[in-house]
Amino acid sequence: MSTPQAVVEAAAVVDVERIRADFPALHQEVHGRPLVYLDNAATTQKPREVIDAIRTFYERDCSNVHRGVHLLSQRATVAYERARTTVKKFLGAADSREIVFTRGTTEGINLVASSFVRPRLGEGDEVLISAMEHHSNIVPWQILCEERGAKLKVIPIDDDGDIILEEYERLLGERTKIVGIVHVSNALGTVNPVREMIATAHAHGVPVLIDGAQAVPHLTVDVRELDCDFYVFSGHKVYGPTGIGALYGKREHLLEMVPYQGGGDMILSVTFEGTTFNEPPHRFEAGTPNIEGAIGLAVAIDFVNKIGIPAIADHEGRLLADATAAVLDIPGIRLIGAARHRASALSFVMEGIHPHDIGTILDSEGVAVRAGHHCAQPVMKRFGVSATVRASFALYNTHSEIDALAAGLLKVREVFG
Amino acid sequence: MSDMRELYQEVILDHNKKPRNCYVMDCATRSADGHNPLCGDIVKVYLRIEDGIIEEISFQGHGCAICTASTSLMTESVKGKTVTQAKEIFEGFHDMLTGVAAEQGVELGKLQVFEGVREYPVRVKCATLAWHTLNAAMDGDDDEKVSTE
Repeated sequence: MSTPQAVVEAAAVVDVERIRADFPALHQEVHGRPLVYLDNAATTQKPREVIDAIRTFYERDCSNVHRGVHLLSQRATVAYERARTTVKKFLGAADSREIVFTRGTTEGINLVASSFVRPRLGEGDEVLISAMEHHSNIVPWQILCEERGAKLKVIPIDDDGDIILEEYERLLGERTKIVGIVHVSNALGTVNPVREMIATAHAHGVPVLIDGAQAVPHLTVDVRELDCDFYVFSGHKVYGPTGIGALYGKREHLLEMVPYQGGGDMILSVTFEGTTFNEPPHRFEAGTPNIEGAIGLAVAIDFVNKIGIPAIADHEGRLLADATAAVLDIPGIRLIGAARHRASALSFVMEGIHPHDIGTILDSEGVAVRAGHHCAQPVMKRFGVSATVRASFALYNTHSEIDALAAGLLKVREVFG
Repeated sequence: MSDMRELYQEVILDHNKKPRNCYVMDCATRSADGHNPLCGDIVKVYLRIEDGIIEEISFQGHGCAICTASTSLMTESVKGKTVTQAKEIFEGFHDMLTGVAAEQGVELGKLQVFEGVREYPVRVKCATLAWHTLNAAMDGDDDEKVSTE
């Protein structure tokens, strides 16, 4: 990926060996080979701090939040709300009340679809997404459009895997009620020009949701600079636990949104005649939340901040360039996605050999990659393949792991002749 | 590496490269579509059954080497067999892949090359997709399209 020069110069060098020491899962053998974990776009491994934070919560502070007057509940509440502040700063939001904890990116999108878009989506209205969305940014809109008699419109992408911006402008119209765009494509690695796309949508008076699942581990995100209306991500792709994520929503939107689920904690008062809903973000967090998840996520973010996103981006950018060159050296390989600006994922196919066979042979060499449609079947269709192999990188990957990937791919060639 | 040779035996690689009976059958009496949503493998099996005998079988689709070779070898192994015999072979094949002691009397012949798949649980579905599809086609009414996973 191309990082601005000034940022590269300012970036500290990542001490990979020291970082790796912090990740217990990386130090194991699979099939008698050292693990080479290159499936980070699916989920990242977790540093010791995150694992310890979850254990500490259960060993010392385990209690419910926003409930008890006793000490443990106070500790749990403080830690949970502090985690919200950590996420707020991480995304560059102005106000912690703009951060809603969710189960992950998928729930964040469903929440916005249900509580923000549904009430304003009428028959014949439109939802606009891109052709490179993950299923999680397609299906919730499809369900909603079906229910409201609305239309799902799709911005096409070109052969490199870039959004065709002229088509985007053309598709934005009076009937468009929301634009949903992935910040970084999980299947292609494309980094979309979301700031410009948000500005274009706003010029038409259309709010925008950004799916940041693949972006937050690799890019500095500033929701105020982007001026997005909603931003969603998952904790587990940024070294945090599974089952936790966050939705950023502009306060003015959250205030007018209806609840997503009903239950405890999202109310101010309940009678059988009616209920007064709590303020955001609590209005959208019905029931006992994933407390240890939020705490673990905050520790993961602290971990990332300690190293610094610019340093991480610089390291991963080198890995991606290195991997791209190494993979292209192997006969019969075709890259899927050659966007101008890419981050951390390399998708490819090998002539005459199915990605699943490649995945199995690489696994036997200790190399873990994703082989399949990456929950982005329309992307696969766009490029005329049923599946791809995807190697995706994290801050703990090394250049010798790229060598292992290349050696594994040569083994594939050897087996298949 | 030797494990990989065990999995990807010559017969499998050969049938993957040059699948047998791979064509659309215009005179099929039955057919069924098979789909593995996990990996996107797709196979369509065509049958011409006369008096309970599989006179002709063919397929179309795309998938990994295990899936393609398994489909190709399946067409060879059940051609000319009765529907009952084909079902018995499927059972024997399925037992072999899932580690169940093989039933006596089921002759698997070349299908034995898939024994190595047993060591790769996530790939068992690749080897059985065509068989489930065949089963659906055999169970279906004439000319009725059946989908299976």
